[in-house]
Amino acid sequence: MLTQIEGSLAVAKTVALCRPEVVPAYPISPQTHIVEALSAMVKSGELTPCEFINVESEFSAMSVAIGASAAGARTYTATASQGLLFMVEALYNASGLGLPIVMTVANRAIGAPINIWNDHSDSMSQRDSGWIQMYARSNQEAADLHVQAFRIAEELSTPVMVCMDGFLLTHAVEQVDLPEQEQVDGFLPPYEPRQVLDPADPVTIGAMVGPEAFTEVKYLAHHTHMQALELIPQVAEEFRQAFGRSSGGLVDTYRCEDADTVVVALGSVLGTIQDVVDDLRDEGVSIGAVSLLTLRPFPLDELHEAIRGARRVVVVEKALAVGIGGIGGIVSLNVRVALSDPTLPVYTVIAGLGGRPITMVSLRRLFADAMADRLERTTFLDLDTELVERELARVAAKRRTGPLAENIIRDASAIAARQAAEA
Amino acid sequence: MTTQQIRFYQTGSFAVGNRLVDVELRSVQSTVDRTNSINSGHRACQGCGEALGARYALDAAMRATNNQLIAVNATGCLEVFSTPYPESSWQLPWIHSLFGNAPAVATGVAAAMRVKGRSDVRVVAQGGDGGTVDIGFGALSGMFERNDDVLYICYDNEAYMNTGVQRSGATPPAARTMTTQVVGSEPGNIFGQGKNLPRIAMAHDIPYVATATVADLRDLEDKVEKAMSMRGARYLHVLVPCPLGWGSASGKTIEVARLAKESGLFPVFEAENGVVVSVSPIRRQVPVERYLELQARYKHLLGPHGRPEVVEHLQAIAEKNIARYGLLSGDDGGQGLIPDDVEVAHTFSI
Repeated sequence: MLTQIEGSLAVAKTVALCRPEVVPAYPISPQTHIVEALSAMVKSGELTPCEFINVESEFSAMSVAIGASAAGARTYTATASQGLLFMVEALYNASGLGLPIVMTVANRAIGAPINIWNDHSDSMSQRDSGWIQMYARSNQEAADLHVQAFRIAEELSTPVMVCMDGFLLTHAVEQVDLPEQEQVDGFLPPYEPRQVLDPADPVTIGAMVGPEAFTEVKYLAHHTHMQALELIPQVAEEFRQAFGRSSGGLVDTYRCEDADTVVVALGSVLGTIQDVVDDLRDEGVSIGAVSLLTLRPFPLDELHEAIRGARRVVVVEKALAVGIGGIGGIVSLNVRVALSDPTLPVYTVIAGLGGRPITMVSLRRLFADAMADRLERTTFLDLDTELVERELARVAAKRRTGPLAENIIRDASAIAARQAAEA
Repeated sequence: MTTQQIRFYQTGSFAVGNRLVDVELRSVQSTVDRTNSINSGHRACQGCGEALGARYALDAAMRATNNQLIAVNATGCLEVFSTPYPESSWQLPWIHSLFGNAPAVATGVAAAMRVKGRSDVRVVAQGGDGGTVDIGFGALSGMFERNDDVLYICYDNEAYMNTGVQRSGATPPAARTMTTQVVGSEPGNIFGQGKNLPRIAMAHDIPYVATATVADLRDLEDKVEKAMSMRGARYLHVLVPCPLGWGSASGKTIEVARLAKESGLFPVFEAENGVVVSVSPIRRQVPVERYLELQARYKHLLGPHGRPEVVEHLQAIAEKNIARYGLLSGDDGGQGLIPDDVEVAHTFSI
């Protein structure tokens, strides 16, 4: 049913259609609207049987999810940013135990400095946690991915993280085609756990494993992800047939045919990038875009195929690997291994950190520089180098310079005030 | 609590022989009916108080729930010595997740049982003092506050024993651990404010809070059974001597536990909805030295180069407990008298 709806609410309604049985939740922006909506649905009886549990931390949210999932319940939670980091130990535990929990990450920056706005630092930091990671480009895709996520998680007995851009998607009201209950029931069978805590058949879950078998257990986690590379496109195709629209999968290409320049990105920024690609194509520029829909498992072959004909690759990523920026970012280091020609230029573009808008104007300039091969290997999009230089000068001049972030903000405000006065 | 008037024949020990009570009230170590939830063959040290406490607590919980029980375990000695794969001691469904999350995992299991209409299946979570009073404290308080249907059992051996005897928030003042060593002007652990988790649990007004020691296994079993007869968040704090960490003889575990109670250092009581409803009175008060002298972790306090002022300080803590809980107010308490005729057993303790 076509509805004009906020992204968070669309996700909450879709998750409810997946009949989760236990939903532990802890509030953190910008994820809160999702669990608020679910709590209301449980309390009103619209979503039943379901236990909604207000926990006292994200660490407990994931821990309650672990207990519920191990006891055979379909389990869902949502988090973001600091919350995702606070549950890290439990994240690895959930994947290590092979518990098919589905979680939304409303992508948000990580402090310090504290920042509630969107980037991908949070989920990128957990790329090796053993969770499958999928990135939604739109609210329609975010909603649809949750239906697929439960299927994928439960078939493989491994957890799935559905990442959607905080605020940009979670708080955006746009048209979403919400599925019907019968459609979802037809697509998503009841959860049949591989392992379950059952007094009738007692098992020990989570005991110690020594060097004699640890490698094999870990190898099988990797093997599961390799299976996911096959399953994810199958589930996306089944979804397309059942629901009549395409969502999810591993990789999606946009006007990449014979493209000299291919832009790779994740999440909602693809919309802006595709608009720029359209404009440039209209001007006769040979450029296309690739959406990385699944980051883990990493779709190496599909990406390889998608960028095969390119003469250069531009990776726009909303996260920063501090200390390795000179040779690439988190995503571009992954993309690099998918190149057929290792000498091909891969330009890393760090963009949209802490919610900085990624504008069409900036992207056009960026792509023009890339196509002229004028870019550094790593570029910080719209970086105010003068602000940075002045802080570096202050640091060089004096020992006790105080909180760096405050200095930058004061400097930026002073400039803005001066410009306003002059205007 | 079931009580039975008995003739007290033994003198000196206060031990009520099993054979003196009615058959149905007798504690039985080994029968075909016993579930042996934590089975023999595990790797606990000789004289381990935690293994003993867990065996009696879980078997009692199994009896009380008609074997419809799921256990959640924090990381720690109990988790490590009862496994690794495939040599699990656990004869009931059991899950170990992390060090600091057992209360929350248990909440999740209980929620799953409720949503599946299996409220007959009950949940016990268990951990050591480190997992309970320190790293798992937030999750435990959350579980209490929500009044989730979980019995949490803390086996308190007063330090991080699994990692090699380091101080926890439950380590008593002056005790030697590997991170509170016997060096400097104030050897051993500091005299801090303490972290009395039974009282913190009571402050949540949860339905049931109790303490117990492995010196009185019938009392422990009784409290577990009582806890399982209730719904909501329940907390049981069991003192379990650790021969390795405490430097006590492995054959003295029961005696050490008994002296902890009899000195007043470890008050044994029950509370319902935030109010103390019963205490196990001290039967024959002993000075704290009697408890300390059995343990090498207090060796620096005693003897010719000892620290009598520190011992006095510990005695003051015992006196404070005695006053707070009225531990000497029982019928027979505090007189130091050995009964020679008839004892009215409040419980079968000691």
